[in-house]
Amino acid sequence: MSKPIATDRSESVFSDYKKEYTPHQAFVEANRCLYCSDAPCTQACPTHIDVPEFIRKIATRNDRGAARTIFDANILGMSCARVCPVEVLCVGDCVYNAMGVPPIQIGKLQRYATDRAYAEGARFFEAGKPTGKSVGLIGAGPASLAAAHELRRHGHACTIYEKREVVGGLNTTGVAPYKMRADRSVAEVDWVLAIGGIEVLTGVEVGRDPSFEALEKKHDAVFVGVGLGPDTRLGVPGEDLAGIHGAVDYIERLKLGKVPLTGVRHALIIGGGNTAIDCVRELRGLGVAEVTLVYRGQEAKMPGYRHEWLAAREMGVGGLFQAVPVAFEGNGRLERVRCARLDENKRPIPGEETVVQADLVLLAIGQSTLGEKLAGLVGIAVDKGRVVTDEHGATGRKGWYAGGDCRNGGKEVVNAAAEGKAAALAIHRYLGGQNA
Amino acid sequence: MPDLSSNCAGIRSPNPFWLASAPPANSGAQVQRAFDAGWGGAVWKTLGQPIQNVSSRFGAINYSGTRAIGFNNIELITDRPLEVNFREIYETKKKYPKHAVVVSLMVESREEWQDIIKRSIDAGADGLELNFGCPHGMCERGMGSAVGQEPRVNERITAWAVEFSSVPVLVKLTPNVSDILPHGLAAQRGGAHGVSLINTIKSIISVDIDRFVPEPRVGALSTNGGYCGAAVKPIALHMVASLARSPDFRLPISGIGGITNWRDAVEFLLLGSSSVQVCTEVMLKGYRIVEDMIEGLEEYMRSHGFETLDQMVGKAVPAYSEWGDLDLNYETIAKIDDQKCIGCQLCVVACHDGAHQCLHPPKGGNGGATRVPVVDESECVGCNLCKIVCPVPDCISMEQVANGFSPATWNQHMTEGAKLRPKKGAH
Repeated sequence: MSKPIATDRSESVFSDYKKEYTPHQAFVEANRCLYCSDAPCTQACPTHIDVPEFIRKIATRNDRGAARTIFDANILGMSCARVCPVEVLCVGDCVYNAMGVPPIQIGKLQRYATDRAYAEGARFFEAGKPTGKSVGLIGAGPASLAAAHELRRHGHACTIYEKREVVGGLNTTGVAPYKMRADRSVAEVDWVLAIGGIEVLTGVEVGRDPSFEALEKKHDAVFVGVGLGPDTRLGVPGEDLAGIHGAVDYIERLKLGKVPLTGVRHALIIGGGNTAIDCVRELRGLGVAEVTLVYRGQEAKMPGYRHEWLAAREMGVGGLFQAVPVAFEGNGRLERVRCARLDENKRPIPGEETVVQADLVLLAIGQSTLGEKLAGLVGIAVDKGRVVTDEHGATGRKGWYAGGDCRNGGKEVVNAAAEGKAAALAIHRYLGGQNA
Repeated sequence: MPDLSSNCAGIRSPNPFWLASAPPANSGAQVQRAFDAGWGGAVWKTLGQPIQNVSSRFGAINYSGTRAIGFNNIELITDRPLEVNFREIYETKKKYPKHAVVVSLMVESREEWQDIIKRSIDAGADGLELNFGCPHGMCERGMGSAVGQEPRVNERITAWAVEFSSVPVLVKLTPNVSDILPHGLAAQRGGAHGVSLINTIKSIISVDIDRFVPEPRVGALSTNGGYCGAAVKPIALHMVASLARSPDFRLPISGIGGITNWRDAVEFLLLGSSSVQVCTEVMLKGYRIVEDMIEGLEEYMRSHGFETLDQMVGKAVPAYSEWGDLDLNYETIAKIDDQKCIGCQLCVVACHDGAHQCLHPPKGGNGGATRVPVVDESECVGCNLCKIVCPVPDCISMEQVANGFSPATWNQHMTEGAKLRPKKGAH
């Protein structure tokens, strides 16, 4: 069992934004599915879950079979059901959209099937016959968990090294709490680990102690799933004032503990991506009266998902577009933000400034990458901070593989799950495994 | 305004929609409410020696989330005292003189038939329906389908009833026979004024897979029941049409079996029914369904230029033919409307696994720009399966091919050597 997390957490006030199905709701929705052949929803899923098949199983009340179909493709199917942007993946590609008929709620059906399996303590997979090989996995996020589970199915021993005390990576520390709270992510880690033979060492930062080279000596192969680094800073005056935080760091704090919001009247979220949108929804949900997203481009061109931004809008958040902070001002504590106005091409319009009173700022303009940490290893190429691999996750260094955000630059949990699994299969082949 | 009034074997009603003899026509209060809702007639729940029923009595099959597409029951005839039934028939008839009240009957001896027919007519029955169809319980006692399955018994008892009756007599036929025609002809020889069909089909509706007992379950046991509901319509249509198209059979038909709405009713009328009877859909949805049935039939008649029911009754019967008279040179192939296609490819899997492997994913596979399947016209046999599975209305059509061959049937081919087009997909 993973180490439990605090019970008193800021995120605990959130309830699920998409409500869970009752068995009958799931049955009715499942029966609407056309059971497409070579289905677009399955193709849209990075882990290629056989969506029509699992939905048909719900429709025949073979709920356990439905869960097995999901987990067979994606062992993180429970969290993906909650956190996947289904609107732009499976649900977005449902053929019903082309008919003008509401698409099948695939995410909710997947959640129904996987939650039931968890509740019943169902187990679907057994570790393979021991091969005598061992694999070290760096980072305990979705990529490593998916990789480790797949490796165990093939009989390879696994050790996961995690520098934090908590496991689950961004699923635990970063997912918007109205989608999934941290305790659920930790439960998922335990579910994955139940296959047995996966050792998890927390509080261990590979690269410092042990060194990468020591790890390489200890294991027959290494999987790098370290994710991304700290929040990027703007690099403008006043950025060190109290009340200014990196968004990912702040989200981690509200998910794992309490963030003090007493007296916060106006929060500004800088950025136009999904982390920024999550932040505005989270702060509104935590009761901050006024929350404004500040993005340097146009509203219609925000990189974050449209459906997420519309949901944020419904919560009564503000938006300040074509603006970027040029200075944070205040006396020790943040009091106001001076923003330059930008034209359509995000270039400053000379002489145009807006000053916004604010007592909390979250910087959601990206995360640094960790690839450089590996750059010293001969054979590992790093491009713009991302670890370069072939399509199976193999780096240029023999026995070294990578997947997840450190490889793709920051995508969804489901991408990490897909990449972790693919890399595990490649490692299995590398270790001389059959039928991989 | 089309005239919906119906005359089936001399039994007149303001419209052709009758409640079938069953639970919805069990009592005067029910029948009167049904008439208020718009039903044109009712065949009273079968009268005879009142019986004792079991619980439970009904079972149903669901399909893909749709409840009760098929239904069965092991309920018997009336369990209420005959005098109560007759009093209520009298009251109902008095209140609704223009509606048809037909009394369904099932007794054994000639004397019993004579007595119950007299009492029915005294109560005001507009017609009688002899229940020779019930396939459960009563048949074990030598009545119901036990009578309907024996043409000589059917004819004899029909003749008794006709002898004792001053109102039209309908014989309700059982579908639990290999060929309906001898049974219709037996009723005709017995002097019946019309027939009604089908009664329910002998069935086991389902099995409780946890208790290992068929349903409906009566304690630890069950028994076979009578199958009805939407799923039986095709069987009923076939039997109705079999009688309607026989040159030897000349009686009016009251059609029964899986009628759920006006469309079903129109199909029965077109295949030769002059009234239709409904039970299961009323049991499931209530008398109120008749509003749409009346409106839909009216609109249908108006749009097709029918002024009276007579003009449409039997209109599709001449087109019900033998296989040997079908044109083997008539050729169709599937056409997919690529503007309507949503790319589900249900047609592809159905054609590959269930038909002739002539519908394929688009060239370049599904990674290509389109998911619209391609029809291999040289292989397509025009079977219709793709059109049946397609979820999009009018997306797949079966279009006739001008193949240059003159029409030729199998019979013409065998007797006159008529030339047939080359077979497709037979390799």
